[in-house]
Amino acid sequence: MSLAFKQETFRDDYTFRNSPEAIRRFPFPFPEDQYMYSVNIEPHTAGPKGAVTEFTLDVDEHYVAECRDKAITLEQDPGRCAVLPHMMDAEWDFLEFTMESLARDYPEQFSLSKNGKAWTWVNRPLGIEQSFVFGDAATLPMGPFEYMGRQVQGDFVLLDQREDTLFADAGIVTSQADWSLAFNVGMSWNEWHGPVPQVTKLGVMDRALKFLMSLQQANPVRRLNWTMTINPRLDTSPENYPLWGGDRNKVTAENAGELAHLRVELQTLFRMPRSNAIVFSIRCYLISMQEMATYPRWAKRFHRVLRDLHPDLVEYKGITKYQQAVLAWLSRFDDGADIGTGTQPE
Amino acid sequence: MSQLQVKVASIQDVSAGVRHFTLVDASGGELPAFSGGSHIVVTMPAPGRTYRNAYSLLSSPEDRAHYEIAVHRQPQSRGGSIYMHEAVKVGSVLDISYPVNLFALSRVAKHHLLIAGGIGITPFMAQIHDLERLGGDYSLHYGFRSREHAAFADALKGRVSQRAVCYDESLGQRMDFDALLRAQPLGTHVYACGPQGMVEALVATARALGWPEHHIHSEQFLAPPVGEPFTLKLSKSELEITVQGDMSMLEALEAAGVDAPSLCRGGACGRCELEVLGTDGQLQHHDHYLSDADKASGRKIMPCVSRAKCGYLELNL
Ligand code: HEM
Ligand code: FES
Repeated sequence: MSLAFKQETFRDDYTFRNSPEAIRRFPFPFPEDQYMYSVNIEPHTAGPKGAVTEFTLDVDEHYVAECRDKAITLEQDPGRCAVLPHMMDAEWDFLEFTMESLARDYPEQFSLSKNGKAWTWVNRPLGIEQSFVFGDAATLPMGPFEYMGRQVQGDFVLLDQREDTLFADAGIVTSQADWSLAFNVGMSWNEWHGPVPQVTKLGVMDRALKFLMSLQQANPVRRLNWTMTINPRLDTSPENYPLWGGDRNKVTAENAGELAHLRVELQTLFRMPRSNAIVFSIRCYLISMQEMATYPRWAKRFHRVLRDLHPDLVEYKGITKYQQAVLAWLSRFDDGADIGTGTQPE
Repeated sequence: MSQLQVKVASIQDVSAGVRHFTLVDASGGELPAFSGGSHIVVTMPAPGRTYRNAYSLLSSPEDRAHYEIAVHRQPQSRGGSIYMHEAVKVGSVLDISYPVNLFALSRVAKHHLLIAGGIGITPFMAQIHDLERLGGDYSLHYGFRSREHAAFADALKGRVSQRAVCYDESLGQRMDFDALLRAQPLGTHVYACGPQGMVEALVATARALGWPEHHIHSEQFLAPPVGEPFTLKLSKSELEITVQGDMSMLEALEAAGVDAPSLCRGGACGRCELEVLGTDGQLQHHDHYLSDADKASGRKIMPCVSRAKCGYLELNL
């Protein structure tokens, strides 16, 4: 596959845009006109050609720009990557997993050669060539988790399984929807899901945890989660709230098409071999209302979901201030026609 | 679930009734790495019924060329261990699951106390590799009936003699759990694997001494939800479908071309729920989705993981 990587930014002048192909493959998450939390976990099996789920890890036209944005965020705040000391085996598992899947699925862009424990990794889009000894962290410029975490789009959390629960004991988090790694590192499942509304009542979290505790090697799972973001900004962290929080007040019925973005997270979970840890990958896809509306079916669907969203979720997802403006912008596409179920664009 | 295919490379008798199998990837590749304490589930297609038994991996987790398991022949069961001893030869090809670890070492423990009885030594053989590699602080106490039952005792002597203590019951040597547990430093985790009576006694002693629950580990195997075949009667479509012992209800429905919804295929999401109209036997629920009251009512079932011990099960489908 040939990939043309775009030059674009996710801050300041916000030049990020999706190509028509990127819009078409966008992981639109609403099969129905209503949305509520559920245990929407399914096997992470290969999707159709071109889909974001075609491969284990998705590399798209935004790869180079996203890796650059991640590097800027990490430079300004090195605390966005944190690893507890007992996670060293999990770090190497992660390095092996990411290198092997990228080299297998995108051979034009990445390659990995092994001679016993002497490995050489080549990342052509980022211009990296690195020889190192697998298992010897001193032969890499930084820890194995951070090293590869910087070379894959999205955020990663490594979960240690013990005491009948999962602990978020390592993470590299630079494109999160308003939650903080510094706050979450070392926390357990119930601690970090504490603030999420409605889910306890629904029993969602207990069931999801039990299911994940028996996640098996070679049988990864995925789910989609979503929120909204004003401007195509990856780093909407609580730490940097002053840099982006105010944008929520700038949305009007006129500019919502450009400013308001649907932010979809493709979350995938993989059991690692040596450490028995789980890799939790949170990959963020952004699409402006304007881009979404190139497929009127999606605009209709999203108009209905946003209009009827439970007030607790509107509040939790931080949409309250601009919900009406976005609805006003979207309403022109919604003639009320029945569009059936399914997430397809047309 | 994805499976691995392995070939038996060698077989050795290591102690009375215990046979040791070395497995290699059937197509000559590498096997997945694993963590000490993991087991694999071996599928055994015996005539008339398929068995699935879990066996701990005892080889080095870093050795990607081989897996090793040890199988204790259990004369009272007609099941899998007899099949492994009698039907499996060098060169036999077996389907196995990927390694699963339900007996993992805690990576935050200050000290690890490993207690093995008899064939219960197997998961520790692999864990010791991990502990040695990571520089973990541990001691191993291994009890057996007599010398001829002491599988791997010599290998242990050679590898980790300072950290291993053996107890030969025939010479009157016995572990004193109370004294052993009292002597441990704070922050120790204890792991027990062996005969049920031994494990229960150890766990009870640790609890009585006030050990935190999360510091007490005993081997659990994932009970694969296989069972005996039975028949599904579908009331709406008026179909009858046989569920084989090694298939889930959901797989049987799908194989028969019935449009049965599913999502997680692991008993968590609730998507596959079906209404039960009747049965001449017992439902066996393995899911996390239905409430206890739902399970007790006998009216609902999650076919992705649950099944029934019965002749027929009638569904509103
Ligand atoms: C195992 C890895 C997981 C981690 C580390 C994780 C972490 C988080 C975090 C940090 C939040 C934000 C909470 C906050 O604002 O403080 C969150 C939200 C949430 N999580 Fe998870 N989660 C995981 C898996 C799952 C799974 C498997 C489910 C499936 C049901 C799930 C369902 C949710 C939901 C529904 C929310 C609320 C999202 C929203 O509306 O923004 N999580 N999770
Ligand atoms: S498919 Fe999810 S519970 Fe059965």
